[in-house]
Amino acid sequence: MITSETITQTRDRIVTGETNARSVAESAVGAAEKLNGSLNAFLEIDRQGAVTRASEVDAQLKNDAAPVLAGVPIAIKDNICVRGLQTSCGSKILGDYHPPYNATVIDRLLAAGAVIIGKTNCDEFAMGSSNENSAFGTVKNPWDTARVPGGSSGGSAAAVAAGIVPVALGSDTGGSVRQPASLCGVVGLKPTYGRNSRYGLVAFASSLDQIGIFARNVSDVATVLGVIAGRDPHDATTADVPVPDYVAALNGEIKGSRIGFPRALFGRGLDADVRASVEGAVQTYRDLGAEIVEVDLPHAKYAIAVYYIIATAEASSNLARFDGVRYGFRAEEAPELRSMYRRTREEGFGPEVKRRIMLGTYVLSAGYYEAYYHKAQQVRTLLKDDFRRAFAVCDAIITPTSPTTAFMIGEKVNDPLAMYLNDIYTVTANLAGIPGLSVPCGLSSAGLPVGFQLLGPYWSEPALLRLGDVYQQARPSSLARPPVYA
Amino acid sequence: MPINESDIEKIAQLAHLEISREEVKVFAPQIAEIVTYVEQLNEVDTRSIEPALGGLTPEGELTASTRDDVVAPSLGQRLALEEAPDAAAGHFRVPKIL
Repeated sequence: MITSETITQTRDRIVTGETNARSVAESAVGAAEKLNGSLNAFLEIDRQGAVTRASEVDAQLKNDAAPVLAGVPIAIKDNICVRGLQTSCGSKILGDYHPPYNATVIDRLLAAGAVIIGKTNCDEFAMGSSNENSAFGTVKNPWDTARVPGGSSGGSAAAVAAGIVPVALGSDTGGSVRQPASLCGVVGLKPTYGRNSRYGLVAFASSLDQIGIFARNVSDVATVLGVIAGRDPHDATTADVPVPDYVAALNGEIKGSRIGFPRALFGRGLDADVRASVEGAVQTYRDLGAEIVEVDLPHAKYAIAVYYIIATAEASSNLARFDGVRYGFRAEEAPELRSMYRRTREEGFGPEVKRRIMLGTYVLSAGYYEAYYHKAQQVRTLLKDDFRRAFAVCDAIITPTSPTTAFMIGEKVNDPLAMYLNDIYTVTANLAGIPGLSVPCGLSSAGLPVGFQLLGPYWSEPALLRLGDVYQQARPSSLARPPVYA
Repeated sequence: MPINESDIEKIAQLAHLEISREEVKVFAPQIAEIVTYVEQLNEVDTRSIEPALGGLTPEGELTASTRDDVVAPSLGQRLALEEAPDAAAGHFRVPKIL
């Protein structure tokens, strides 16, 4: 079973000839095909492309030095452009849109020898915390197929949790990698804003969006981050900051690490099992030699309000491009241009996307801009200051990733505000631009995965990954296999 | 300020969405509830606080975001039109404008 080993071990078995990229790809594609009926994790499975690509990798290995991801199968969220495959964003308005170019992260993965096996299901335009907003059906959680996998990158999380692929890419605007990682029992990283390129990621909220990584092992996240991170001239928000060796950073050191504990965030609204599990992780770190220090983030309680102003404002602007002219769906029989725009958008977008476009339009409209958008950006400054002060006394902050374990499909679908509150622990990282890592820390009494989140200062991915890896090494049983597994 | 159904109709028009009567009835209370929720920000004193400008880190702000204006190949007409719902004679075709 390829997913019980690290991707570096898989690659090494391919390079030494113990197996080959083609058979690894065929087994991943076979698992995706076999499980998609029960999970709906993939919107497109590219058997032919994956096998062809894997055969190319095998052929190259005969002549060239083996790249770092040689033959490693990977799944890609369906809002990241891959040439030759669809990019629907889980929306009818893009449908079977086939982008004519690769996202920068895709070019980098391919250059490193990775084999893309398909595009994963997600909430429409990455807007959602349960995957129920996909126009192509809800993804099921491999731990209990009556429950949501989280969102918006639920297909990528489920594909990794179910052992179909060892790694997958998602995007994280308010927790869309970390929250589904937590609900599906896998590792999920949102890197620092500007750490990797957003070129070819369909924009939702440009000041918050960041491509993130799912894997079962922290070390696999480190390996993939090393491949996709770095400055890209196609994305002016990528920063000119050196890319360290993330795998080398996993040296097991923890003595002297200071982990911030924001007691106020462990209060009201937090599920008792989740609290017990995450407090258990805090105790593990203490036992391993870390110093636990109390920190306060006084403005964190406003994060959801700030987030849903800024994210919807940016979304209303970014999604203006979907008008039925250049690509995707166009409504039939519109007599003139403006009604074609309006009908295309009415028929093409689902309810949550419309809700957010309208909310964003409202907060940006004349007379309300100061009261909402300007105010939210001011509170965002205060939140950034909270983190700056906290990181003066600690190296990372630990929180739950999600206030609950995976909830039932349909449970929150008619209450948008209740759904938004799922993101209470994750949106702060996007607002501040800092990295966040979700790590599985066991199961609830109902047998559902719980994850904790580590937040760190800008560019602290080496420290976050080291802390996450130390936990996984100390608690190997924290990474369990769900009932639905390849 | 509570949002009512006529506000929703006006916002939908601004956002180029032709929403139905039924949708107006569903969206109005939902969006009103969300707006009421976000108005809790009014309790934060933000006098003399500078608004954040996006998500950039200090290093990101320092990274030069301009480049030399060098001519390079672009998508090209054929690829650019390939995914268009309606294209004709090298152009995007749309319903009449006036």
